[in-house]
Amino acid sequence: MSKDRLGVVRDINGPIVTIDLPGIRSGEQVRIGEIGLVGEVISLSGRQAVVQTYEATDGVRPGEPAVGLGWPLSVELGPGLMGGIFDGVQRPLSKIALQSGDYIARGIDVPALDRARQWEFEPNRALEPGQQVGPGSVLGTVQETATVLHKILVPPGMAGELEEVAPAGEYDIESTIAHVRDAKGTSHRLALYHRWPVRRPRPYRRRDDGVSPLITGQRVIDTFFPQLKGGKGAVPGPFGAGKTVVQQQIARWSNADIVIYVGCGERGNELVDVLESFPKLEDPYSGRKLMERTLLVANTSNMPVVAREASVYVGLTVAEYYRDMGYDVVMLADSTSRWAEALREVSGRLGQMPVEEGYPAYLSSRLAAVYERAGRVETYDAGSGSVTLIGAVSPPGGDFSEPVTSHTKDIIETFWALSKELADARHYPSIDWVTSFSAHVHTAAQWWHEEVDRRWEQRRTEALALLARDAELSRIVNLVGPEALSDAQRWQLEGASLVKEGVLQQSALDEVDTFCSPEKQFALLDLTLSIYDKGMALIELGVPVAELAEMPQLAKVRRCKSMYNSDQVDSIRAFAREVEQAFEGIRIEYAKQTTD
Amino acid sequence: MSIKEYRTASEARGGLISVKHTPGIAFGDRVRITDSRAETRDGQVIRAADDEVLILVFEGTDDLDLNDIWVRFLDEPVEIALSPEILGREFNGLGEPRDGRPPVLSNTRRPVSGAAINPAARTYPREFIQTGISTIDGLNSLVRGQKLPIFTGSGLPHNRLAAQIVRQAKLKDEDTSFSIVFAAMGVSYADAKFFRDEFASSGVLRNVVMFVNLADDPPVERLTLPRTALTAAEYLAYDLDRHVLVVMTDMTYYAEALREVATAKGDVPARKGYPGYLYSDLAEIYERCGRIHERHGSITMMPVVSMPSDDITHPIPDLTGYITEGQIVLSRELNNQGIYPPVHISPSLSRLMKDGIGKDDTREDHPHVAAQLYALYARALETRNLASIIGADELSERDRRYLKFADDFDKRFVAQDEAEDRSIDATLNLAWELMSAFPRDMLTRMSETELAKYYRATE
Repeated sequence: MSKDRLGVVRDINGPIVTIDLPGIRSGEQVRIGEIGLVGEVISLSGRQAVVQTYEATDGVRPGEPAVGLGWPLSVELGPGLMGGIFDGVQRPLSKIALQSGDYIARGIDVPALDRARQWEFEPNRALEPGQQVGPGSVLGTVQETATVLHKILVPPGMAGELEEVAPAGEYDIESTIAHVRDAKGTSHRLALYHRWPVRRPRPYRRRDDGVSPLITGQRVIDTFFPQLKGGKGAVPGPFGAGKTVVQQQIARWSNADIVIYVGCGERGNELVDVLESFPKLEDPYSGRKLMERTLLVANTSNMPVVAREASVYVGLTVAEYYRDMGYDVVMLADSTSRWAEALREVSGRLGQMPVEEGYPAYLSSRLAAVYERAGRVETYDAGSGSVTLIGAVSPPGGDFSEPVTSHTKDIIETFWALSKELADARHYPSIDWVTSFSAHVHTAAQWWHEEVDRRWEQRRTEALALLARDAELSRIVNLVGPEALSDAQRWQLEGASLVKEGVLQQSALDEVDTFCSPEKQFALLDLTLSIYDKGMALIELGVPVAELAEMPQLAKVRRCKSMYNSDQVDSIRAFAREVEQAFEGIRIEYAKQTTD
Repeated sequence: MSIKEYRTASEARGGLISVKHTPGIAFGDRVRITDSRAETRDGQVIRAADDEVLILVFEGTDDLDLNDIWVRFLDEPVEIALSPEILGREFNGLGEPRDGRPPVLSNTRRPVSGAAINPAARTYPREFIQTGISTIDGLNSLVRGQKLPIFTGSGLPHNRLAAQIVRQAKLKDEDTSFSIVFAAMGVSYADAKFFRDEFASSGVLRNVVMFVNLADDPPVERLTLPRTALTAAEYLAYDLDRHVLVVMTDMTYYAEALREVATAKGDVPARKGYPGYLYSDLAEIYERCGRIHERHGSITMMPVVSMPSDDITHPIPDLTGYITEGQIVLSRELNNQGIYPPVHISPSLSRLMKDGIGKDDTREDHPHVAAQLYALYARALETRNLASIIGADELSERDRRYLKFADDFDKRFVAQDEAEDRSIDATLNLAWELMSAFPRDMLTRMSETELAKYYRATE
């Protein structure tokens, strides 16, 4: 370290430290004090720089040294990420636990990726020395976990003539696996990993439209408010409405190749739940353990607030890295409100003028920039990859008009609004069908029509119409009681209740019901709606609603979801025929009575 | 670095003093302030710059003559001394005795600010704690290592409920009792006395450490009190291998003290004048509970949070709910009907319940019973609303059954005597008794096997 990069601490105000260090750049990483706390320069004025530290500053004194490290906050990208758990600035938490015990000690310096571990590298046979390579060219592959084939790419910004590629064999991540000579004739050494600054989106060739839905195995999401691969969505809800369960269910059951789960300012015990359950759970698509395709970024609410702000960018950068290999990545951020609060906390300490509820004026632009990093892209090697970003939002008091929720709503494409009322009645997932929306229904419909059933969009619309009718009728019932309704209206209420209990409600805890294949989703929806249709036809013939409501099959309709798993869709269809016959029986019986 | 003493205090406002010309003072260090009558106050450095430091004075700044005080920087963080002798004792927020007995002497000293538990070192809490209270055990089960607050309002019997839980809490089929850390912030003399008498009469006193700051004690001291109490809890749990139950009352007064100091410092307010960092600050406290790999002890937390004007969306209960693993909500309406404990189950929740109950932990039907009771009660409350508008006579047969269920549920399941310690089996059997008032087909959350085993039609 050259001498001019050494500065002095001037002022400590919680995580905000002012240092005297001429020549330091905005965004540069700094080590503060004798203990060596890491931080990042957030503003400059003359010789002085304001630094936000990722660790608590207790014990630091004015006059202690400050060292500029010369690079912005970056992450290490290479084999060894999958299955890992990192903190908000990509420090490996399991390694830290080995070094410093059960509590996180300060000033610890552990690299993100294991330096000792050997990886089986398989060079790309299509490459010859002398060939031109550019960003995204595949130099070779490493089988990172049983499910994830890690492609070693030429990093962005690097192009030229390939001088050599290492032969197949075992390498640690720092070993040289290729040399590339750029246009100026300089030879560059490429290793199994490279670094990338987290606040800079990774480049790609072209932005594409989303084409296929992300299947999450959750009926209310896939069937009613679908999300596309490469889309951006938000899950807002007051505490106790089940945000975390919705996010965890998506992490568990979605048909993505890679899942990045960022626990940002949330509960420690919930992250442990993921940590302990994912290595045991099986991916329904590959049959492998879920942890093999998952990376956790854990910055719990009691960990330093500034690292919480960084954690979302760390997660996004890793997501983009796997996207560049041609994978479909889902990133879950739980919760973006805590991220926004970290912004607010720092801006408050800097004395910046607050605009809404103490949030700084740049809240909306920062939020938009974060969500904009999601998308489906054409990668440099002409493949296709996507990052789907789903952010949980925790509005204070459940008020959706607060700044974070309302700005988020302007940016995202799917909005799964969780409702306190539904959660209180233990209707889970408590996604409210009135206030939620998806901008992707039409695109998703094409997929459903080709892959599952041509009546999908129509059935979906019918179900939502029935639910809307139910809301109107319930208001009447609440005013004057159910006796005021006609038989047809009461059957509408019964039909809506079947949709709610038989289709919308889904238990994350039920072994069978926790994941529902698209085929099963449609079979259940179709079963419910055809019962409703058939019943309505009978009521028009004059059959009293009470007789239909007493039918024992209705209880089974409500239980069907947990009686048959996703491989037993035929049984659901068989049951649908059975109910149909029962209705037909009533019709014949009734026709006989009226002709008698 | 040696201990330094200054006489250059320049400003005092709202519990803070600033001292000029003080190079090299460490952020977070402990300070002792002595006035001309040789009375001392304690403080902590909350901002350290080259030429000026800002000090939070725990005893407040009233009646300080800035021209006539000595400010000593002790060159150590705010710490407490810990030994097994703390059990049965009573301290203030700084860990100084309040019971007239000598201070604890020990070489084990820990900074009260603590450090964050590495998430990778945590173990997921899954051991069911039987509190003997049906609405908690049956529907919002508490597990070891969980933080489950009681949301309450003024005049509601949260103290009696907390005391009953302290008396009855145990692991199922096990007799090990908990060590109790009791942290009182800004409570009245009467409330503190209630708990002290309660601990004494139930014979747990030798297993209790009390940290007390009364309503007329300096509010600034409330800021360190929960941290001091939790440092003691961590010592008991991880040094002495005990299972610790931390009861903290009342977090609302803690947050108000925080607001008072934040305002004096000139922090930008977020909601209702509370500073933007209230969430992080509360999280630092609540997240100190949990279970850690290969440690025998554990910390379970039951904070009492009073909702100003019974408003659950007020920032303090709101932010608490976002951090804790659920909440037990008390209802004024139930209380007015004479129902004790007045637990309103609809907004109550335990997030960690799912892994602590069922076949191996409580009973195989427990998860479904809880879901079914919730569904029935939600519908029953709707019916009750309807009945209050159109009159019970206008209701259908089916709705009248719901109405009766709502009443039975409140009077038999929710209500129980303050001395009644219901086993989880008794709670579940009672639940089946109430559910059996409905036809079998209406219990759609229950499996066929469970219905066959437990359903007993009453008619």
